Amino acid sequence: MLHIVNKSPFDTGSLASVLRVAKKDGGAVLLIEDGVYAAVKSSATEASLKAAGMPVYVLQADADARGLQSKLMEGVNMVDYGGFVDLVAGHDNVQSWL
Amino acid sequence: MSDEMDFEEGGTVKKFMFVNRKAPYGTIYALEGLEVVLISAAFDQDVSLAFVDDGVFQLVKGQKTDGVEMKNFSPTYRALEGYDIEKLYVDRESLEARGLTEDDLLVDVQVMSAAEMGDMMAQQDVLISF
Repeated sequence: MLHIVNKSPFDTGSLASVLRVAKKDGGAVLLIEDGVYAAVKSSATEASLKAAGMPVYVLQADADARGLQSKLMEGVNMVDYGGFVDLVAGHDNVQSWL
Repeated sequence: MSDEMDFEEGGTVKKFMFVNRKAPYGTIYALEGLEVVLISAAFDQDVSLAFVDDGVFQLVKGQKTDGVEMKNFSPTYRALEGYDIEKLYVDRESLEARGLTEDDLLVDVQVMSAAEMGDMMAQQDVLISF
C-alpha cells in the first residue's frame, strides 16, 4: 500500500495516523504538497519519520517550491512526477490521507 | 465626526497585525494574506506581520516553484520594506519545531518568544488572521 500524505504534520495528524495505522510490510509513504515539511531535518517530525519502518518518498517539485532543497533529512527518496506514477503503479493499492 | 471619517482623513492611525499561520502553497491563505497586507499599506496605518506555526514556512529562502507551476510570491516579503512595512515578528518555538533558524529566512525579522508574541498581539487595535 502506498500512503500519500499532502498535509503539514504540524497542522494536521495525517502523517501521525499513517505511522500509527499503516501496515509496514509492503507499505511506503509518499510526501507531497505540504506533506513534504515532515522530512525537514532537525524538525520535530524527523524522528518519527526515521522510525516509520517503511520507505519514505518526497516529491521533488513540492520540496523545491518550499525552499527545502538542502534541508531534507537523510534516508528519504526524492521522486519526480514520473517517479510518483511508478510508485502508484508499483503498489497494489494507494491510500490518500486527506 | 465618526471614526470612519477620521480614517478617511488619515487622522486615526490604528495598530494592525496580520497573523500568518499557514504554509505558503498548500492553501491560498498565505498569498491572499500578503495581498491584503499590500493593500493595507495604502492606508498609512501601523502595520505589523506575525508568523506563527506553519506561517514561518512562508519566509523560507530558496523557494523555487517552476516544478509546481505556481507563482513564487516569496520575493514580495522582501518588498514590504518599500511600503514601510518593517515589523515582521517570528515565533521562535515555531521555527525550532520545524528545524529552521533565522538564517533560513529571506528577510530580516524579529524572532521572539511566545510571551513576547503574546504581548505584541495584546498591543494591537486590530488582528487579522490568515
